[in-house]
Amino acid sequence: MTATVYIPRDSSALSLGAERVANALQAEAARRNIAIDVVRNGSRGMYWLEPLVEVATPNGRVAYGPVNVGDVAALFDAGFLQGHPHPLCQGPTDEIPYLKQQERLTFARVGITDPVSLDDYLAHEGYRGLRRALDMAPAAIVDEVAQSGLRGRGGAAFPTGIKWRTVLNTPAGQKYIVCNADEGDSGTFSDRMIMEGDPFVLIEGMTIAGLAVGATQGYIYLRVEYPHAHRALNEAIQAAYQAGYLGRDILGSGKDFDLEVRLGAGAYVCGEETSLLESLEGKRGLVRFKPPLPAIKGLFGQPTIINNVISLASVPIILDKGGDYYRDFGMGRSRGTLPIQLAGNLKHPGLVEKAFGVTLREILYDYGGGSATGRPIRAVQVGGPLGAYLPESQFDTPLDYEAFAALWAVLGHGGVVAFDDSVDMSKMARYGMEFCAVESCGKCTPCRIGSTRGVEVIDKVTHGVERDKNLKLLRDLCDTMLNGSLCALGGMTPYPVLSALNHFPEDFGASATEKAA
Amino acid sequence: MTEQQWDRESVRAIIAGLQDKPGALLPILHGIQDALGYVPPDSVPLIAEGLNLSRAEVHGVISFYHYFRQTPPGRHTIHLCRAESCKSMGADALETHVKTRLGIDYHETTPDQAFSLEPVYCLGNCACSPSIMVDHDVHGRITPERFDEIIANPGVGA
Repeated sequence: MTATVYIPRDSSALSLGAERVANALQAEAARRNIAIDVVRNGSRGMYWLEPLVEVATPNGRVAYGPVNVGDVAALFDAGFLQGHPHPLCQGPTDEIPYLKQQERLTFARVGITDPVSLDDYLAHEGYRGLRRALDMAPAAIVDEVAQSGLRGRGGAAFPTGIKWRTVLNTPAGQKYIVCNADEGDSGTFSDRMIMEGDPFVLIEGMTIAGLAVGATQGYIYLRVEYPHAHRALNEAIQAAYQAGYLGRDILGSGKDFDLEVRLGAGAYVCGEETSLLESLEGKRGLVRFKPPLPAIKGLFGQPTIINNVISLASVPIILDKGGDYYRDFGMGRSRGTLPIQLAGNLKHPGLVEKAFGVTLREILYDYGGGSATGRPIRAVQVGGPLGAYLPESQFDTPLDYEAFAALWAVLGHGGVVAFDDSVDMSKMARYGMEFCAVESCGKCTPCRIGSTRGVEVIDKVTHGVERDKNLKLLRDLCDTMLNGSLCALGGMTPYPVLSALNHFPEDFGASATEKAA
Repeated sequence: MTEQQWDRESVRAIIAGLQDKPGALLPILHGIQDALGYVPPDSVPLIAEGLNLSRAEVHGVISFYHYFRQTPPGRHTIHLCRAESCKSMGADALETHVKTRLGIDYHETTPDQAFSLEPVYCLGNCACSPSIMVDHDVHGRITPERFDEIIANPGVGA
């Protein structure tokens, strides 16, 4: 019997040597005259165990990790193909506590299937949502998504169903579905994991969106920094076309939907939806004034759904199992699950999909295992480079859009970056301004000039030049950026800057009067 | 002198193959940079003509995006992540090491044309910080020692 061995093709696993391990396993099997079938799956998201090698046994998959090339011969000697013990053995994969306690809806297949095998996708409940949607009226599909409570996974957390309804109700000869796959936030990688680990779920979600609003063309605007995702998406799109899941007359329904991947070129601001549309049109990614909303006048002036990867990838399960099923996860107005990304200084960084409501502390310690360096976790940035820094006193906050907003923080895309007590928060605040200066599209003055002046003012503060006066100036400048910027880049850069200043004033050398203010 | 270094006909073919796509300019610039390693400034008139744009518009797009470059890169391009997650795991110290080791700053190429150094804001490898990308290979959990090993043998992959 041929043993099946799984080794991820996920780029983080590859960055730790998964390709070399896969080659070594093949070579060692050949040397021992053993037939093995190597499947290149996505990552389970337990990155401290990557490269994670799994073996299919009659009792389910057994995990070994982290496996280096030098471990391969010993694994064969120990009988890992039969799931036998070895110091690297983690037991049955599904029983690993990190994984077992998750609630994986959007990530149900990631790490399990061969990402570019349509047969594998179909064998794991793939395309059931699309088949159901093909029998539904467009308005009924939109109602199902609205019923689920799904909100956009970008900063604004806008209800997806409302956006879709606007596009449905706007008459036009051509409509578009655009996937914002320009996830450029530090600490986020869930889009990349979906696109590399289960690209069909995104393709299916976009196809359903097309049926829901009468759009026949879709674009995935992908970061150029994600070459492995690019390859996986193109392989999956080609397979979907060949099997009749994309293109003309999808599965004999008379409905058409075409899909193409377009590459960005390293501009963070193109994650802002109107900048992204400009870029897709072949222009500089300058932010547009709103209104008109993209739902009314979007790509090439036509009604356009623009959603993030995770929003669109959550649609197939909503259509398959119903809006109520999805809505029953979560808390308050934050419904369903959030793929949380644990990054930075943590012992167990990785992907944790949980219903909204889990607390930051549970995420950091129960899952993340505390800091990698063993020092106290001092600050946590949630929601990307435009997200606020939270101090230890706020770690009991539940992951919920409204709870975060109440703290003047954002949940955004669910990225969590931990820092230990060696961090200098004035440097992080300065970096926030510097990042905005590098990435500003330049259209509006508060962002373009405010960020450059922001760096200078923080430098004066940290050098002790008229500290109190310059701290006041910094707050004033942040106020102008918050209220005067055209988009979230300038409008949210004050979140990391002011939260660093408010929670960690000692790092700015702030005087007692500033602390009291 | 750059005029002689790139093949006008292959650039013309890239433009002709993509110019009918809606929003064709970025795909064309990617096509040229994939083929040549950069977008030669004197290819701008060809692109402008193919898309019926002004040369200023084309130049404005090339210069807006960090990824497009207008000078030939070294034989290997190193992208070093400067974003928060990597910073939390020592990217600033790594940056100092890399610049000293290569003897160049960001956006520069070593005199022997071996390496170009570029900053990048997130490679999506945040669970394995700090990260670098050498050509198309991402490497995670980079220490100064690991960096030295990688650039000693840059073609080998992750």
